[in-house]
Amino acid sequence: MSTQALFGQLLIGLINGSFYALLSLGLAVIFGLLNIINFTHGAQYMLGAFVAYFLLNKAGLGYWWALAVVPVLVGVSGMVVERLMLRHLYRLDHLYGLLLTFGLALILEGIFRNEFGSAGLPYSMPESLTGVYNLGFMYLPIYRAWVIVASLAICLGTWFLIERTKLGAYLRAATENGALVQAFGVNVPRMITLTYGFGVGLAGLAGVFAAPIYQVSPQMGSSLIIVVFAVVVIGGMGSIMGSIVTGFGLGVIEGLTKYFYPEASSTVIFVIMAIVLMIRPQGLFGQR
Amino acid sequence: MTFKRKILAAAAALALAAGTAQAQISGNVVKIGILTDMSGLYADLGGQGSVTAAKMAIEDFGAKKKGLNVEVVFGDHLNKPDVGSQIARKWYDSEGVDAIFDVPNSGVALAVNEVTREKKKAFIVSGAASSDLTGSKCSPYTVHWTYDTWMLANGTGKAIVKTGGDTWFFITADYAFGHALERDTSAVVTANGGKVLGDVKVPLNTQDFSSFLLQAQASKAKIIGLANAGGDTINSIKQAAEFGIVKGGQSLAGLLVFLSDVHGIGLDKAQGLILTETFYWDMNGETRAWSKRFAALNGGKYPTMVQAGVYSGVLHYLKAVEAIKSDDGGKVVAEMKKLPTDDPLFGKGSVREDGRVIHNAYLFEVKKPSESKGPYDYYKLRATIPAAEAFRPLKDGGCALVK
Repeated sequence: MSTQALFGQLLIGLINGSFYALLSLGLAVIFGLLNIINFTHGAQYMLGAFVAYFLLNKAGLGYWWALAVVPVLVGVSGMVVERLMLRHLYRLDHLYGLLLTFGLALILEGIFRNEFGSAGLPYSMPESLTGVYNLGFMYLPIYRAWVIVASLAICLGTWFLIERTKLGAYLRAATENGALVQAFGVNVPRMITLTYGFGVGLAGLAGVFAAPIYQVSPQMGSSLIIVVFAVVVIGGMGSIMGSIVTGFGLGVIEGLTKYFYPEASSTVIFVIMAIVLMIRPQGLFGQR
Repeated sequence: MTFKRKILAAAAALALAAGTAQAQISGNVVKIGILTDMSGLYADLGGQGSVTAAKMAIEDFGAKKKGLNVEVVFGDHLNKPDVGSQIARKWYDSEGVDAIFDVPNSGVALAVNEVTREKKKAFIVSGAASSDLTGSKCSPYTVHWTYDTWMLANGTGKAIVKTGGDTWFFITADYAFGHALERDTSAVVTANGGKVLGDVKVPLNTQDFSSFLLQAQASKAKIIGLANAGGDTINSIKQAAEFGIVKGGQSLAGLLVFLSDVHGIGLDKAQGLILTETFYWDMNGETRAWSKRFAALNGGKYPTMVQAGVYSGVLHYLKAVEAIKSDDGGKVVAEMKKLPTDDPLFGKGSVREDGRVIHNAYLFEVKKPSESKGPYDYYKLRATIPAAEAFRPLKDGGCALVK
């Protein structure tokens, strides 16, 4: 294989990796701080793409508006779910949260499939981001370059927020011992609601990023969510930096598999997951 | 005996009496099972629409008036051969299903084909494409409606090679259907003086095709043949546009593109695609009238050729059941082969010895956005491939039923 083709595949791996990173980041935040295994994440990503589609076609608000508005709307929908349902499950085993969120995902996807079919809807790319850069070794669509840069910025920003700011410190403290933090006058339940909303908002944002590349379709989330969970498990449940690094890293590995042995490209991540679990059950970046 | 028991006994006696009147119809009801993809990437080309089409066929056949009791059940095979054959087994063994229809996804269809052979029921395929169903894997209980990979290759493949597209690279769905479609198309390409430069096998239901598209680009082939279907085709065509593949001088050949796919891609990206189908709603007064009725029952979505095939398959099946007053799988399929096919959607045709249904095929080109009058006005006719040439010649299939 020529070095040119290799660079091409690496770059493409990074693009897919940025979706993995963005989604697994949201999952890691939610699991790390709420201890909820959020299986609705894929459906919320799908919701993000659909809301972007509606904004464009019903309200005339284009891509840039969607980037700002969708995460907020999807995030708020997440907060409603947290308030009404998830809240009651914190005392119970992880399994209950998993079942509830999985059920919600099935319901959401079913509703959208009924309404819009499985072939999905087209979402056109914003004018300013169409076209390709000629990098010499490959044509890089401008839009994909934008996705890498934007998601990298968001991932690092989130990491900084949680690991390096005072707000992040409160959050981490509240996970360790909610009652104590509450005694210091911090409104822990509200903070948890906002955190869940934030994680879900990230999924919605990834949905907007995905809309112009993929079809806006009801099952776009379910095909991705399993891979993203594998990413989180490999990175170490709840580790923020872990999910970012593994997200991008596995994107690259998957990209290379697509070149060397395409038949295995849909399984390679799970093979890695199995190996990691055997050697280091807490994940590559896990603490425990 | 209580009153309730008396009624039950009377009902049982009645049922028995009716049973002797129509001794050959098992359980006194013809039970049709629509086994399809209800929730995955093929749900729009088959799915609930196939169930709707079957119900329309039963109504149009006038089953009630003719005193024939017909029931429809449906199941979701999740695109998994094991799930599909499990449902088929359960239907045949314990739920009294007499015939299974549709089954998009060749992997599942080939599995159900074997279950049907074992149980001696009837299997009328519309959604699956593999030409092996009437070739090396043919069965006296299986009829293949609508289309197959040989016919697609012969239609689209030949048309493209003849207009100068003589070097090919395939992006192939990695299962029975993709393999069959690539094999049949490669044969047509080389037979017409073209060359196949390479291929890449892609797992079913892939979201991102960019790696594979880059490999296709690097091959410098004039034509990139998409041996995939449904959501996979949509994503490959959309992403090819993004990577500037068509602008770079290569062309895409969607070897299996359905109306629902074109609807999902949008005309601005799908325009100019050449495709082969055996049914399009806007062919004549009858197809238009039927399709409008169908769309009204199907949430406004127009029929694909697969759904149309389910309709005409059910219609023909019921005609055969009526003719021999029996729903025995082997006998009905034999009768289906004897009766000429004739319905408003596919016109006149026949069912061959190997189970292949023969009717016209059409080469279409997808319209430019400026040529389309609205949603679903997508195709213009380029050529009609007469029934006699549209499908693989009987002797070439290697079917054991052909003497």
